[in-house]
Amino acid sequence: MRVLYFGVLRELVGGPEETVELEEGATVGELIGILRGRTSNDSTGKGADEGLWRSLAVAVNREYGLQDVVLREGDEVALLPPVSGGLERVRRC
Amino acid sequence: MLIEIVDAAIAADAIVAGMKAGADGAVCVFDGIVRDNSHGRRTLYLEYEAYREMALEQMRTLAAEAVTRFGVRDVAMVHRLGRLLVGETSVLIVVASAHRAAAFEACRWLIDSLKRTVPIWKRETFADGVVWAAGEPFPTEIALRGNEGAR
Repeated sequence: MRVLYFGVLRELVGGPEETVELEEGATVGELIGILRGRTSNDSTGKGADEGLWRSLAVAVNREYGLQDVVLREGDEVALLPPVSGGLERVRRC
Repeated sequence: MLIEIVDAAIAADAIVAGMKAGADGAVCVFDGIVRDNSHGRRTLYLEYEAYREMALEQMRTLAAEAVTRFGVRDVAMVHRLGRLLVGETSVLIVVASAHRAAAFEACRWLIDSLKRTVPIWKRETFADGVVWAAGEPFPTEIALRGNEGAR
């Protein structure tokens, strides 16, 4: 399946997209686990990106999907950092 | 409904003028423009990127929901991508309605919702560095960690 990366995540991973092969019946949660484990191994500061991985949303075929969504061959999966369209930055404490 | 993602300047005046109809008593406009600083750091320019097809679908969904939820007549939402300079419009939201209260409420709800759920990101270039803007946390119903217990 195609995996797309956006924003700060695209820079972290080092590219806008890649093709990933998964076992039949794999879920969004499992895909994230694989991708996350890979970047952690690559970086010397393991855990430095923990906040980013915890703050993600995932879209499957352009709709938001949670951990237990089952992925199929040909799916387009996008990893989305917190969005910031518009302008004014609102901080809620 | 006019829902667009564009790569060139947003013609705000023309869009607002085009939204007015005889049944309207109010047109509420949110014109989001590039500020010259962020927390005191001087901004040179911003760069917006989007998951374009999904962002458009999300914007269409929000606009339709605003019409249903607030009873307004029509909504326009236009977001620009690419490099924007100080003072330029990044997002324009126009709500036309018979009455002002619904127009204000729908307009506020639309920009707040857009900023939380529409997949658009902003990279800020300051005089002294570059950062991806920290977005607002996703609502729990779409955040991955929202059902982490299911793993």
